[in-house]
Amino acid sequence: MQAVPETAAPTQLRAKDVRPLTGNEAIARGAWEAGVRVAAAYPGTPSTEIMESLAGYPVEDVHAQWSTNEKVALDVAIGASFAGSRALASMKHVGLNVAADAFMSQAYIGANGGLVLAVCDDPGIHSSQNEQDTRIYGQFATVPVLEPSDAQEALDFTRLAFDLSEKFDTMVIVRGTTRLAHTRSPVVIGARTEYPSRGFLENPAKNVMIPAHARHRHAAVLEREAKLKQYLETAPVNRWETGDASFGVITAGTCYPYVREVLPGASVLKLGASWPLPEGLLRRYCESVERVFVVEELEPVIEKELRALGIKVEGKQFFPRAGEFSPEILRAGFERAGVLEPRAEGRGWALEPLARPPVLCAGCPHTSSFMAVRASGARVAGDIGCYTLACLDPLRGLDTTVAMGSSIGNAIGMSKAGDTKPVMATIGDSTFLHAGIPGLIDAVYNQANITVLLLDNHITAMTGGQEHPGTGKTLRGEEAPKVDYEALVRAIGVTWVRTVDSYDLAQTYQTLREAIAHRGVSVIISNRPCVLDPVKIKGPPLAIVNAQCNACQSCMNLGCPALTWGADTFEGRHKVKIDQSLCIGCTLCAQVCTVDCIKPAATLTQ
Amino acid sequence: MSRPTASTSSIEGEPLRPTASAAKAREPMNVLIVGVGGQGVIMVSKALASLAQSKGYQVKQSEVHGMAKRGGTVFSHVRFGPQVWSPTIPKGEADILVALEWAEGLRWLPFLKAETGIFICDTKRIVPPFACLNRRPGAPLRYSRETPAEVRAHVAEGYAIDATRMAEELGNERAANVVLIGALSTALEFSAADWEQALAQFVPKKTIAVNLDAFRLGRNWIEEERTAVDDAEAPLAHIPAPAAAPYNVRLEITPAWCKSCDICVKLCPERCLRLNQERIVELAQPEKCTGCRLCELLCPDFAIRVHLDAVAKEVAAMPGAKA
Repeated sequence: MQAVPETAAPTQLRAKDVRPLTGNEAIARGAWEAGVRVAAAYPGTPSTEIMESLAGYPVEDVHAQWSTNEKVALDVAIGASFAGSRALASMKHVGLNVAADAFMSQAYIGANGGLVLAVCDDPGIHSSQNEQDTRIYGQFATVPVLEPSDAQEALDFTRLAFDLSEKFDTMVIVRGTTRLAHTRSPVVIGARTEYPSRGFLENPAKNVMIPAHARHRHAAVLEREAKLKQYLETAPVNRWETGDASFGVITAGTCYPYVREVLPGASVLKLGASWPLPEGLLRRYCESVERVFVVEELEPVIEKELRALGIKVEGKQFFPRAGEFSPEILRAGFERAGVLEPRAEGRGWALEPLARPPVLCAGCPHTSSFMAVRASGARVAGDIGCYTLACLDPLRGLDTTVAMGSSIGNAIGMSKAGDTKPVMATIGDSTFLHAGIPGLIDAVYNQANITVLLLDNHITAMTGGQEHPGTGKTLRGEEAPKVDYEALVRAIGVTWVRTVDSYDLAQTYQTLREAIAHRGVSVIISNRPCVLDPVKIKGPPLAIVNAQCNACQSCMNLGCPALTWGADTFEGRHKVKIDQSLCIGCTLCAQVCTVDCIKPAATLTQ
Repeated sequence: MSRPTASTSSIEGEPLRPTASAAKAREPMNVLIVGVGGQGVIMVSKALASLAQSKGYQVKQSEVHGMAKRGGTVFSHVRFGPQVWSPTIPKGEADILVALEWAEGLRWLPFLKAETGIFICDTKRIVPPFACLNRRPGAPLRYSRETPAEVRAHVAEGYAIDATRMAEELGNERAANVVLIGALSTALEFSAADWEQALAQFVPKKTIAVNLDAFRLGRNWIEEERTAVDDAEAPLAHIPAPAAAPYNVRLEITPAWCKSCDICVKLCPERCLRLNQERIVELAQPEKCTGCRLCELLCPDFAIRVHLDAVAKEVAAMPGAKA
């Protein structure tokens, strides 16, 4: 147990040693300082910047790469660990589902070179399909989980994670959240420590998971857990901050600053490692205070463990199990618990907030693809990427979205179940390479009657424009071989393949109709680059001949953010105007205009 | 167009620095910066965070990436002081709310301190596609109808600044965020020279000159705004929504002319048409039809006519109808 002053005075540090870093940048810095040699990731908000940031360090120090998916990324890191080097894999929470197969086995194998997984959860679902809690994976696999509460700890804990990994022969998870990943605060940085490779350890009983070996390893894993618990009884990563003894708070990670915000003087047990939990420390802490609250975002991982130990605690009855925490939510919880005095509500000026959901960009090549998809009348299994936004009004172009690469398998199932509509799967280029290819092979093998629309915009767009095996560039921007989708698809056994330019709406629609008419698997590749990445595309803007516009709203059906209502009306409906600064001149609105009143702006001003 | 009116609680003539004292105390200074993806919200917060850090404060700057580029709402919390805990500003505790877009400013008003909070908002309106989805005749734009005067009456100290227009006049619309930094700068303790130095690090090299002009423009504007005596009170009323025109939509379908191509069915934005058992078009969900005429305009065989029966007279009286 360690008593630390309730609040440390602002540290005076030499300016050159302090940098404002986001949590993600600090994790990357921590890995670099810890001597990481190999790092791999698949982009995923909020974890993406870890690998982007690591690629900023010298290539002589660290090989950093985008992998095709999280499982490959983890396998790459595991391989480097086998070879005796320190290795990092980073991913978002749902990425660990993809990597889980390797993850669960490697939990038995352990680590030769330090092996760290940086996993970023997304409480509040800012940019994900769910808000699962990665700590449960740690519990599931018996792998320790470190939870930094700010960028400084993100750096320190990442360094520590590599040391623990080698000391205890285990993978270690560093768990971030969106709030940690994208909050910038001052961080004291250090130098890199080089660790010579430990070399490959030839030990099949440990490295080859056949049943006979695995049975022994499971016992070793349980022994390791006991040792970790022992270590965490006194490790400085868990911090006992003394205060008023009438109640105490057990918390971890990004919840800690919220606790301190609303309860500056309270007694707090801040767990730096949220798995495994040291029984002795927890018991001693709980005995030192009259009431114990557990404040943890998402699942009651710590709370359940305490209850299993027979300790009386309060937690999820005051603090929600869904959504992201905030000082307001904690304050409300502690008010209900009778620990804080209820505060007067602020001024109640009830304004209905404007609905401003994210939309496809002006000129986005997915817009026309989904105009055509919608007009085709098909049942559409969607996938994960910017194009998932096409489910919203006005495009309403896809019916389902489950997980990365699910669209093709879902489409096979729909068609085999006998959906009366034609069945289509829409999937982006990066998602196709990530997890779509096995689905397509399955479709050919099982002779499904589906159409696959491969939306190739030459980038991983949703996460901010990352390279992938289809772009011809690596993470560090070097030239790389490029996947030839048409050849790949043909090699799988698809006989009906066409490539279209999605800016040609008529051609896209016509090709889609032909593809649907084809019995068996048909693949259409819509080939148009993203308008944002890798280069921002801006062509000559279009304008509306106001006098001719009959306000039919045909162009408004694209949902293009450059199109809004003008002041004039026709038959009571608003005429449309084009925001010249947003319009990139893709001409889609002109293609769907019923009265041909959309022209290049330059020709109208002359 | 914005100056503190008599109805605000700010004390006339007092320097605009309630926040400087807050930073000296233990309480951190809370600045919330909001806008729409692509407007430069993050640049404003980075410049402020960097400046505060250079002055020895602990700083936390927190935002959510991901959907920002896609025209969604963007916000950045900047907190600085001797000790900062939560990376996010609790509701009702922002000292200053800087908004780069009008409706976004209104969205975050509940985060502002009721007694002393300063609201600095660009009057720029970025209307999302969602606001323009109703195709019924006379349908209102779904965008905030609060006027600057109305908002000023509800906040301790409010400024509605035409920052985007001012930046356009400088020849670079993208410098609007720096006009707002200029306005913000007077509410904080840092000197103009420090601000200009911080800005130079965060704008592209080629645009340093125009951005410094934008900064001074915003700074001067708010100082003049504070000293100006405003006798002419702007009306407090909402911008009225247009009265929805009563109308009666009737689809006249000539079955003999329909060749079952189903273009109308597939392109109807409300999905209210279908082909019947004889594969002739019919209006399946009359209550959803808005009378937008798209089916009439798209039918290659003139098989559909849309009649907006009762609406004719009212529509003729609406502004712009003859254009």
